[in-house]
Amino acid sequence: MDTIQSILNAMLREAVSPQTAAVAIAVIGLNIHFGFTGLLNMGQSAFMLLGAYGFAISITHGLPLVVAILIGLAAAFVFALVLGMPTLKLRGDYLAIVTISAAEIIRYVGRSAKLTDFTGAAQGIPGSQYRDPFTKLSPFGNGSTQLMPFNYHDVAGGAAWVTILGLVLVAACVTGIVAAGRRLEGLTRNVAVVGLSVLGVVLALFLAPVTNQNTGVRGWWFTGVAWVLVGLSTYAVYKLVTSPWGRTLKGIREDEDAIRSLGKNVFAIKMQALVIGGLFGAVGGIMYVLPATVQPDSMGRSLTFFCYTALLLGGAASIFGPVLGSLLFFVARAFIIAATNAYVPDSVMSTQQTSQFAFIVVGVALMLLVIFRPQGILGNKRELRFNV
Amino acid sequence: MSESTVSAAGLADPAGRRALMAGVDAVPGSAKPDPILEVQKIVRQFGGMTAVDVDHLEVQRGIITALIGPNGAGKTTFFNLITGFDRPSSARTGAHWSFDGAKLDKTSASSVARAGMVRTFQLTKALNRMTVMDNMMLGAQNQEGENLLKSLFKPLWARQEREIEEKAKDLLDRFKLLEKKDDYAGSLSGGQRKLLEMARALMSDPKMIMLDEPMAGVNPALTQSLLGHIQSLRDEGMTVLFVEHDMHVVRHISDWVVVMAEGRLVAEGTADTVMANPAVIDAYLGAHHETDLGDDELLSDDAMQEIAQEVAAEAEHEGGKS
Repeated sequence: MDTIQSILNAMLREAVSPQTAAVAIAVIGLNIHFGFTGLLNMGQSAFMLLGAYGFAISITHGLPLVVAILIGLAAAFVFALVLGMPTLKLRGDYLAIVTISAAEIIRYVGRSAKLTDFTGAAQGIPGSQYRDPFTKLSPFGNGSTQLMPFNYHDVAGGAAWVTILGLVLVAACVTGIVAAGRRLEGLTRNVAVVGLSVLGVVLALFLAPVTNQNTGVRGWWFTGVAWVLVGLSTYAVYKLVTSPWGRTLKGIREDEDAIRSLGKNVFAIKMQALVIGGLFGAVGGIMYVLPATVQPDSMGRSLTFFCYTALLLGGAASIFGPVLGSLLFFVARAFIIAATNAYVPDSVMSTQQTSQFAFIVVGVALMLLVIFRPQGILGNKRELRFNV
Repeated sequence: MSESTVSAAGLADPAGRRALMAGVDAVPGSAKPDPILEVQKIVRQFGGMTAVDVDHLEVQRGIITALIGPNGAGKTTFFNLITGFDRPSSARTGAHWSFDGAKLDKTSASSVARAGMVRTFQLTKALNRMTVMDNMMLGAQNQEGENLLKSLFKPLWARQEREIEEKAKDLLDRFKLLEKKDDYAGSLSGGQRKLLEMARALMSDPKMIMLDEPMAGVNPALTQSLLGHIQSLRDEGMTVLFVEHDMHVVRHISDWVVVMAEGRLVAEGTADTVMANPAVIDAYLGAHHETDLGDDELLSDDAMQEIAQEVAAEAEHEGGKS
């Protein structure tokens, strides 16, 4: 039972981690590119890296926090313009080629030894050099807090049946959310989904309480800000894509020439989409490095592909898909790592190898997903049926 | 000019249109009393092949003009050129075209549409993964909500959105698509998509609508109603230019016919004059275009003999020439 409990703890710890939230924000941006506009951006990690560099370098050079954030966003903005100008008039595949190479260029420039004074080269910029202004803003004070304070230990002394009953209830919540999402309509549906989601999260934290410092690295201050940003980004994207502007985005995804023949400036709209998705990427990047370091190699191609995996998992062109996808991606990875560490003997697979193994499993899962449920978990199957 | 004062109401009357076009010479590139579109020296080459080479063409305002010609005559390329989807090879050497008095030489496709010249495509471009209603709403021009900054504030565009929706419903009703408004465009039949595309183009209140083979793949009953729609558009004062292969359709609704072959204009005139023109018969219609190929009477001995004689006479004629 203790092993299961420790696996649960590892999963929950990963789920609430600010880095999961940071990737979710970047995926929300990628969803604007790929899901809604059909832009095949293969360099989302570069937007994240530029945001992170802009932010971190500004602070290490003594600029205030707000200015540093703005500089990070401006870097991503300029990057989007530079990428978009030559490629958005061409066919979609070219954007993919240009973005993936541009992302590599940014990464290699960042890790070049000539720039050691700015970017710290391959070592990167340690978080301690730029984290303080943000940490100081924390209203939470010192000490640490456990969520939930009332948890499985307090019921029947943490007996095994409490955990099992709790897991069954969490599963029931998930089933309920899916059923409500499919069957109900309008306000009742929203209330049911939100209510069950909150209940599910509370139950999960009850089963595997997470203890964190209030303010320190990966503390509740970081986590809280990151998830509030996820909420705000989701809301902003919801407002954008349900507006007439969002309608033109989907139109461009379907057929650019048709939209052109209706008198819309396709280039301008695509550029706006590229910039906005890139800005979300930059915000995600800043949030991603706050509890870590700005290390160019940790924000390379593989991060872009994690973003795509999360997006496809959750469902492209859906509002909550990116958030759900990122959560599932990191939680599933944490589960695989923790479970293989616990049950597979070291002679078969060492601790280092389990982490690699987790990626293999995630990759296979992605393949299965694309084959058997291409619309992802929240995507609209009806929409996908007419994919030409 | 007396002709140009003919009002839209006057053009709704067939006699009025005949009177208007009677004064126009039936020669390629002839001047029209009140042209809405004027094209000058437009050439498009693909490598060594000249797809379009039009010296001069004027399209009269307020009537239906048909553009006909054999496959590969350059009709669609010509459409692409004047709507900004393609650039003429002669762009620097004297290609000019103007729409409603405004030059279009360097205008992008979207600006051409905004100027009031909206087109449809030969291969229908319905936006499959969007609903019929969303397809229609995209057609409307000058939408406040399509501005990125304003789009976040619903009160700024909600009223306009409602108006556009009403207009879209009216048009869908007219094109018998209203009950499909919440279906995905991809679930419509080919003919319905043609209707949707035409209705979507009309959402922008164009001055001139250009239809590329609107009747291809549409069943006879639907063709009838489409023809009705096109005629009523004309009667409301819109200019229509359309490409079509069905001669019955062309004869039935067009007030003026332009014939292209191998990229050039070969004839112009009313449907009857053009169809009697030997150049057109040679290049496009064929000598037996009036004959119903499915008619069993063609299989009778008399008819066969007649055709054999005709062929023999033609062979003799050709032989005499050479």
